[in-house]
Amino acid sequence: MNEAAASLVADDGVPLKLKLRRAERAHKLKSVAMIAPLFLFLLLSFVLPIGTLMYRSVDNPELHRALPQTVAALAGWDTQALPDEPVFAALVRDLRKAQEESTLGLASRRLNYEISGFSSLLTKLVRKLPPEGAGVRDAVIAVDERWGQLTYWRAIARAGTPLTSFYLLKAVDHRVNEAGDIESVPANEAAYVTVFGRTFWIALIVTLWALALGFPVAYLLATLPSGPSNLLMILVLLPFWTSLLVRTAAWIVLLQSGGILNGAMIGLGLIAEPLQLVFNRFGVYVAMVHILLPFMILPLYSVMKGISPAYVRAAVSLGAHPFLAFWRVYVPQTIAGVAAGCLLVFILAIGYYITPALVGGPDDQMVSYFVAFFTNRTINWGMASALGTLLLIATLVLYAVYGKLASSDANKARR
Amino acid sequence: MQPYATPIERVWFYAFRVICGLVLLYLVLPILVIVPLSFNSSSFLTYPLSGFSMRWYEEFFGSHEWMMALKNSLIVAPSATVLATCFGTLAAVGLTRGEFPGKALVMAILISPMVVPIVIVAVGLYFFFADIGLLNTYAGLILAHAALGVPFVIITVTATLQGYNTNLSRAAASLGAPPLTVFFKVVLPLILPGVVSGALFAFATSFDEVVVTLFLASPTQRTLPQQMFGGIRENISPTIACVATIMIVLSVLMLLTMEWLRRRNEKLRGAG
Repeated sequence: MNEAAASLVADDGVPLKLKLRRAERAHKLKSVAMIAPLFLFLLLSFVLPIGTLMYRSVDNPELHRALPQTVAALAGWDTQALPDEPVFAALVRDLRKAQEESTLGLASRRLNYEISGFSSLLTKLVRKLPPEGAGVRDAVIAVDERWGQLTYWRAIARAGTPLTSFYLLKAVDHRVNEAGDIESVPANEAAYVTVFGRTFWIALIVTLWALALGFPVAYLLATLPSGPSNLLMILVLLPFWTSLLVRTAAWIVLLQSGGILNGAMIGLGLIAEPLQLVFNRFGVYVAMVHILLPFMILPLYSVMKGISPAYVRAAVSLGAHPFLAFWRVYVPQTIAGVAAGCLLVFILAIGYYITPALVGGPDDQMVSYFVAFFTNRTINWGMASALGTLLLIATLVLYAVYGKLASSDANKARR
Repeated sequence: MQPYATPIERVWFYAFRVICGLVLLYLVLPILVIVPLSFNSSSFLTYPLSGFSMRWYEEFFGSHEWMMALKNSLIVAPSATVLATCFGTLAAVGLTRGEFPGKALVMAILISPMVVPIVIVAVGLYFFFADIGLLNTYAGLILAHAALGVPFVIITVTATLQGYNTNLSRAAASLGAPPLTVFFKVVLPLILPGVVSGALFAFATSFDEVVVTLFLASPTQRTLPQQMFGGIRENISPTIACVATIMIVLSVLMLLTMEWLRRRNEKLRGAG
């Protein structure tokens, strides 16, 4: 059969098999050509920007730009003895040039991340810059004795490498110490592990609440006749389509101390004083669960819609108590929907920024807030990028799990 | 509920309905509550309402800042929608034409703008656009918003194409129609509901986008959500309630359009 097929020849003398292969390849190439414009577009407006962010988390350009000669002179330094005369001379030259071109600001701030107080040390030297030439080392140390300490020179060497692990380590409350080992920072400087912990905790609580509230509603929607079900579905879809800002604003109006909920409860005599319901963790939970609930209900609904009621009926007819039948027969069939909904809500929740920023207090801010904070307020782009990179990695890992889950599910359905 | 249900089952049945009712109330209450406040004559956002008034709407439409924000949103959102819909539809058609190596990965990348935390996208774009000179430009803002809308177009159009019968294209081609004619005369009319839903999603995404805009837009490019964000952060005024109401009306319109498209699609399928 194969041989017969191979011997078939088209009108123009080309074997049919070859022609078919060519046609298939052309078809495939056409498919790729149709995807290519979007792919390139996303590369420019999405992938490369995120690549830039990830690169900035290890990029270490400040000293290279402002103090190039010093960094070069320190390249072969053994970090055990004070640098030689030429290194000090290079520093003085660099500082003079940097001062003329006023490029010192970023480098000075970068060194201050390494040792606080370095910035003022640098400024002091710039103000009393000794002349180059013999004895420059002693002259510099005479300006401030700290220039004679190894700690400060090691900081310059660390900050002078082209790439740094400084920001990524700092984002998990670690640092490279004098000896070159990685250690955790002192407890009073540690901040970011708490922020990551809080982010995951808030996302977890929001996910559990969304599941607890979404499951019954999805079940109701899936089991009602299609008329009332469609009507109730609109109640789920309306918030889904409503602007996130509108919903957040509405929650502030409802929950604030002079707001509607407090007013109603005081009016009913339930409470005497208004409760603090917003600008704290409670407000964050209420608003986030509200915003993410449709993302839980919709996947649950689509799975439940495909579950035949016959199984539960069969279990009950065989003598199982309805609750037992529900728990042992119905719920296991919804696991795929539960997993998809929970992962989706969790993934979306860990990236939240706007809602906690508007309805949360200072202790309710998540990682995204600090990424924005370091970008806009303190202009510490390395730190912003490092926190962003870690958050991105967490998201992508969860997204990959979600994809695996969805595809294995699709395979099961196909079988 | 079966007539032979035990009392516990009866109680449970009603309790279940009450719980669902409360959850549904929780979902729609905030949206319903803010609408009447925009027509309230008092400047306090509390009930009971003190009287009907259109003054906040007059304030909104008379305010230079709000009108500028509205104008910017109406420049950016439709442009981003057109970009996302054209690129997205073309790619979705390519994706459903058959298998090729790395298809799953390509699909994952095309969908990823939906899951990557928005702040990361915003900061990345801020760095990147600063390097290539697209910061504080309409072009940059439109490109960014289009990227965020792409996944929705891909998802809805691929879903619609799954129900498309490829033999129709083959029939058209065998009758001599060139590929472009096949696409515009046969494929597009049939998948239009999916394309329009994707476009609506993309529009809603851009029209509601605030984080990327905060990072990329210059003060004169303030969009409606950005103006609103500032307003909510400082002090929620009834003008905010009135903007919220306008946006809710818009969402209702989009929701109804989607429902209509879905039913039409179902009917077409049912007839076919």
